[in-house]
Amino acid sequence: MTLIESQTLADRLRRALPDDVDYATLRLVDERSEQLRVRRDTLEPLHTEFDTGAMITVWNGGGLGYAATADLSDDGLAEAGRRATEWARRTANAMVGTIPAPDRPTGTYASPVEVSWDSMPLDDRIDLLQQQSFRLGIDERIVDWGASLTRRDVDQLLVTSDGGAVEQRFRFVYPSLSATANEGTNTQIRTFGAHAFCGQGGAEVLGRYGFGDAATRIAEQAVELLSAPNCPTDTMDVLLAPDQMVLQIHESIGHPLELDRILGDERNYAGTSFVTPDMFGSFQYGSELLNVTYDPTVEGQLASFGFDDDGTPAERQYLIRNGVLERGLGGAVSQARSGLPGVATSRAAGWNRPPIDRMSNLNVEPGDSTVDELIASIERGVYFHTNNSWSIDDSRNKFQFGCEYGQLIENGDIVGAVRNPSYRGISSAFWRNLRGVADNDSFTVMGTPNCGKGELNQMIGTGHASPACLFADVEVFGGEQ
Amino acid sequence: MSGGAERDEQTYFDALISDATAHLVGDEVLLATLTGECTDFIRLNNTDVRQAGTIEQRRLSLDLIEGRRHAAGSTQLTGVADTDRHRIDELVTTLREQRAHVGDDPYLLYNTDPTSTERTEAGTVPDADAALADLRTAGKGKDLVGIYAAGDTFSGFANSLGQRNWFQSSTFNLDWCFYLRADKAAKNLYAGFDWDDDAFARKVEWSSRQLDALRRDPIELAPGDYRTYLAPRAMEELVSLWGYYGAFGRRAHETRQSPLLKMVAGEERFAPEVTILEDTAGGVAPNFQAEGFLRPDQVTLVDAGRYADTLVSPRSAQEFGVDTNGATIGEYPESLAIAPGDVPTDGVDDALGTGLYVGNLWYTNFSDRMACRTTGMTRFATFWMDNGDIVAPIGVLRFDDTAFHLLGDRLEGLTDTSELLLDPSTYVERSTASARMPGAVVDGMRFVL
Repeated sequence: MTLIESQTLADRLRRALPDDVDYATLRLVDERSEQLRVRRDTLEPLHTEFDTGAMITVWNGGGLGYAATADLSDDGLAEAGRRATEWARRTANAMVGTIPAPDRPTGTYASPVEVSWDSMPLDDRIDLLQQQSFRLGIDERIVDWGASLTRRDVDQLLVTSDGGAVEQRFRFVYPSLSATANEGTNTQIRTFGAHAFCGQGGAEVLGRYGFGDAATRIAEQAVELLSAPNCPTDTMDVLLAPDQMVLQIHESIGHPLELDRILGDERNYAGTSFVTPDMFGSFQYGSELLNVTYDPTVEGQLASFGFDDDGTPAERQYLIRNGVLERGLGGAVSQARSGLPGVATSRAAGWNRPPIDRMSNLNVEPGDSTVDELIASIERGVYFHTNNSWSIDDSRNKFQFGCEYGQLIENGDIVGAVRNPSYRGISSAFWRNLRGVADNDSFTVMGTPNCGKGELNQMIGTGHASPACLFADVEVFGGEQ
Repeated sequence: MSGGAERDEQTYFDALISDATAHLVGDEVLLATLTGECTDFIRLNNTDVRQAGTIEQRRLSLDLIEGRRHAAGSTQLTGVADTDRHRIDELVTTLREQRAHVGDDPYLLYNTDPTSTERTEAGTVPDADAALADLRTAGKGKDLVGIYAAGDTFSGFANSLGQRNWFQSSTFNLDWCFYLRADKAAKNLYAGFDWDDDAFARKVEWSSRQLDALRRDPIELAPGDYRTYLAPRAMEELVSLWGYYGAFGRRAHETRQSPLLKMVAGEERFAPEVTILEDTAGGVAPNFQAEGFLRPDQVTLVDAGRYADTLVSPRSAQEFGVDTNGATIGEYPESLAIAPGDVPTDGVDDALGTGLYVGNLWYTNFSDRMACRTTGMTRFATFWMDNGDIVAPIGVLRFDDTAFHLLGDRLEGLTDTSELLLDPSTYVERSTASARMPGAVVDGMRFVL
């Protein structure tokens, strides 16, 4: 039984909104999660979390205020409404400019679930993790290993003072595996996509990413890396696997296109952007092979939804088409403030955080080359798998990324593994050197579970899907010798 | 009171856990941890308000134990006794059901020697109207961007064995910049227990002077090795990364994942001037943790450049056969301190001479974790200096260098004072972490892009 179950609740929440203000909303979030983890073949304490609360937001006389509370009684909500109204009074002549939610937002969304998580008994879930743990700890050089499953259910109800109601029910699954191999002071860690293999759905999410078959490969590759040569230092081609493209997209396309960064909201914390308002509609962000969509309609992707947390209906949009920048990542408020085209992507991390611009599902559309064709086209390069280090300047331009596992490519063939592979570059130049985009066969729908941003700070999941992509003339290097 | 939390949270928590204890079954033991806040937030951009409001929350975590079997969980409390008793009952019932599915936990360890403590730091923070007025006045004619947070935060531990620990403080934290243009800004922080108009005015004046220095045309430096002064905030950015990835944690050391692995193995060391502590007595974090253990006032982690000790959670203590020192499960420092050195703080410009004055580093991560080779960006006010005088701000640079150079063979000295830096982060809830950092003069820091 979930909290949000009837029209009666929506009506009660709406009645709790202050009635002497221009506009008000209440966003109720009811979250339940379960975390299971087996580490070194020992089950760690099960953890169950219930987190329920509401945020009331009031627009009045040009001011805006919010108040968040876990007290959902009539008295508790009335007190939150009073506080929000006070803030709206206080800020009436001091706001940067804002607009209320769209008129009477109405609708529903539910994560597609093929196999209910609860159909897999707890004992079976624990057994599954134990099996993976046994497959990870296969070598005496594996000094640490673990397997985990997190299930998270989030039900949201947004009601507005003009009669709107948006109900959304999300079901998330986050599987994880890791193996740490060591010899002397050489330690190598291999994981299951660095947490990127996650999404919406039920138990079928595990099969979507091959969770049950990955442990042995991960452990073997961790051991393999111990004796692999250091990644060479050179300027060369790089082929990025989808589980590295996740971070490349996230850091050097997603964040720079957030309209709130362009508007300066994030300058004190997450940073600004090298993208300026005049670039929309004309800036050649990447080569003509680059096509990037905001797509909240991808079934099972981590940040799919029907409406953002302002209540704006969500629909697929191109942000970059044939390499040209068309649209930014900003919700209705940022679009109004900036005059720039955006998308429905104003989102909050929970009931106790106000919505801000986030990147949601941000995907590189597939091309028409096979991965084998891309590899065959490389005279000398490195195939990068699974991000393990990310750093970029506050304008989102000068970046450096590292991966768990590299494969050296020479004369069109993979010739062996290399350890500590890293590369660095500058966002705009990097994307213009995109010279190959693989087709649907390598296109993988993934996500980033923990994207941090905002003041106050918010951690939220974003979705990214991509095929493998090939870039020319990149500065590649390895670790200390 | 700012934020409006007017109930006696300590008494309320005590009563709830006493009630839950009365409903335990058989030999069950209950561990309970509460973290909460009632905070006013004002977010600013260009000296105007972007978002503002109040957040009240109380997160209760429980561990329900019987013998060596247990299950853990958390729930959000409302502050309404009947509702909260129901929510606790619901969670305890769930944990009891789950516990039936698990075997003995070989690494379970909790404090069975009840030691109750209480610490309350009463502060005087401005009411919301006054705070907003002060911020708008300070930013008048300037581009002020940042976040103001003020109000009560509280943490408690209680168990069914009768132990009670409480930590509560009323604080404010203003984390802000005066922006000049693009990525050029004067970053500052004003945090504490009692808002002082004069102290704030001095901070504003300092930032205004730095803003003037930033007006000079920036210069672009080529990659290379530069003599560098790392200000305390830049040092904190570096060392906190290492700590987050287990540099000072027992589990990471035992499983060979610590960025300081080469130091533990005796292959590398820091300079003899470098002593690093977990300084709970000098910080603002609670001195208790979720299994009821109290933390010592200090744990020496690096002593005169050499590995000394680690932060040990109760779970690691059981797993690796050592004593716990009250660390959290993550074994991260919460009150990290580097002991000051002998470079006069007032004379760092002269000590640097010609080179880079780095006020802030940003987005640090590892290039090679096992070598503690770290990369990141310069940010905000970073200047090129010539013979102790500011020449100009610089375009942002990426560094890539090892800890064993920066705090080792290339460390020329640490400043003779350490600055207390209260963590302004608000992920999930307001942080109570802090750091005490000196500045560092490094004779050759590697910049690569």
